[in-house]
Amino acid sequence: MNDVKRPIPRSDEPDTAAFWQGTKEKEFRYQQCKRCNTVVFYSRRHCTGCTDGELEWKTSAGTGSVYTFSVVRQSYHPFFRNMVPYVVAWIDMDEGPRILSNVTGVAPEDVSVGQKVQVEWEEHETLNIPLFKPI
Amino acid sequence: MSSDRDAAIVGIHEYPSRDVEGEVSPLQIKAESAARALEDAGLNWSDVDAIYDAGDGGGMGGLNIAEYFGLKPNVIDTTNVGGSSYEFHAAHAKRDIAAGKAKVALLTYGSTAHSNARAIGVGGRGGPGMHPAENMDAFAGMTLIANYAMVARRHMHQYGTTSEQLAEISTATRYHAMRNPEAVKAMEDLEFLDIRETTISDVVNSRMIADPLHLLECCMISDGGGAVVIASPEVARDCRKPPVWILGGGEATKYPENGGDITTSAAAQSAPQAFGEAGVTPAEMDIAMVYDSFSITVLTLLEDLGFCKKGEGGSWVQGGKLRFDQSGGPALNTDGGGLSSNHPGMRGIFLLIEAARQLRGESTSQVADARLAVAHGNGGMLGSRHAAGTVILGRD
Repeated sequence: MNDVKRPIPRSDEPDTAAFWQGTKEKEFRYQQCKRCNTVVFYSRRHCTGCTDGELEWKTSAGTGSVYTFSVVRQSYHPFFRNMVPYVVAWIDMDEGPRILSNVTGVAPEDVSVGQKVQVEWEEHETLNIPLFKPI
Repeated sequence: MSSDRDAAIVGIHEYPSRDVEGEVSPLQIKAESAARALEDAGLNWSDVDAIYDAGDGGGMGGLNIAEYFGLKPNVIDTTNVGGSSYEFHAAHAKRDIAAGKAKVALLTYGSTAHSNARAIGVGGRGGPGMHPAENMDAFAGMTLIANYAMVARRHMHQYGTTSEQLAEISTATRYHAMRNPEAVKAMEDLEFLDIRETTISDVVNSRMIADPLHLLECCMISDGGGAVVIASPEVARDCRKPPVWILGGGEATKYPENGGDITTSAAAQSAPQAFGEAGVTPAEMDIAMVYDSFSITVLTLLEDLGFCKKGEGGSWVQGGKLRFDQSGGPALNTDGGGLSSNHPGMRGIFLLIEAARQLRGESTSQVADARLAVAHGNGGMLGSRHAAGTVILGRD
């Protein structure tokens, strides 16, 4: 059994800690400005759309689509080298956030641009990781 | 409003070895390259009054590099935007010289990436703490190549670009590399298996590294370095070699945005600044030194530089027009580029060096009567956060 773990995000990084906190509840949280409606993701303290923004936390339905992807066939990373081939993708959530993740539960050759996907939480001790599988 | 004769490249040097076998340090490569570039210009250490440094020698570049060289510069610019740092430096040097702050600017680069066998590609890392974006991205296991591959995938989806079209970039640069003894030596030293001109079929049949990018669409990892000396018109007049004028510069950055278009790079913002300042158009370029970390990097940048419309790069590059002895397009990366000559991690300085060689008539794939060149550096990663530096160069 491979005991090398996937890199786990830090829960003390000041801007993104709140997002990772939400994953404990298996919630995909993002921010939207009450004043200018800008969707802010990754999470921050300031609105990137206006200077007097008021960011509000929202929860995504967890569905989106593949914006683009690659099948990684060579990696030197101690964890990912044992995962090849695997799919890395930019996922556009239906509410607007774009997140880098993996598409799992499907053969790499069956992944396509525009494919509808939904979040599939990979469980870890301190938080959960949002991976995606085709709907 | 700046004039087009504010500053010129007067000295260049490319460190010849791509494999120093751990016996030379990046700082030593920088210093030796600096000395040779100053000699090339007919200048000396004592003439230098401005230093541009991306921190590749280690430590805090701005604090340490002047001491190491033994200089007391009036301008210390430590811009570090990865592989595009040197295009930023050249444009800043022109600006600083035009403002009367300096007369002789020194840009240097040294890297032992091959000897260190370390992962390369991002020169911009540094400073305390972690960037929040890193805390979002690291879990996904995106390799450097996958980052660029995702641009290629989206480009193919959006515009119908093919692997065969992307392969044109690789075959053109290898064609040039085979004419450059230093590039051939590099491929030998780095133990390339099959050192020869390549065909489209060779490229698309090479091993897939991260779909849709194949092995022969990826740059090498070498050691190396170099230096560039930039001087005021008064100094340039008395230098050994003819001046290569910096006619214009532009810079920009781009990062992932919700709903953003990954197929357009920061070059779309930097290029109009540079061409506008120079008062020339892409169609007038004899030489295009365009950062070739991967085939898709060049295709995207050629579009964004304005050589063709967005999305038309695939068909535009077809037919070998990027070769130095063909017409219909600029000669691309005539030293062999990062794909086939050297890529120590931040190869932006080599874009300036080879462009200067062309405008002096010193290239191993010399374009007859080359008058204008564009050097475009891409730093960071094309598919996520990157910086763009465009520099237009011209001879008298």
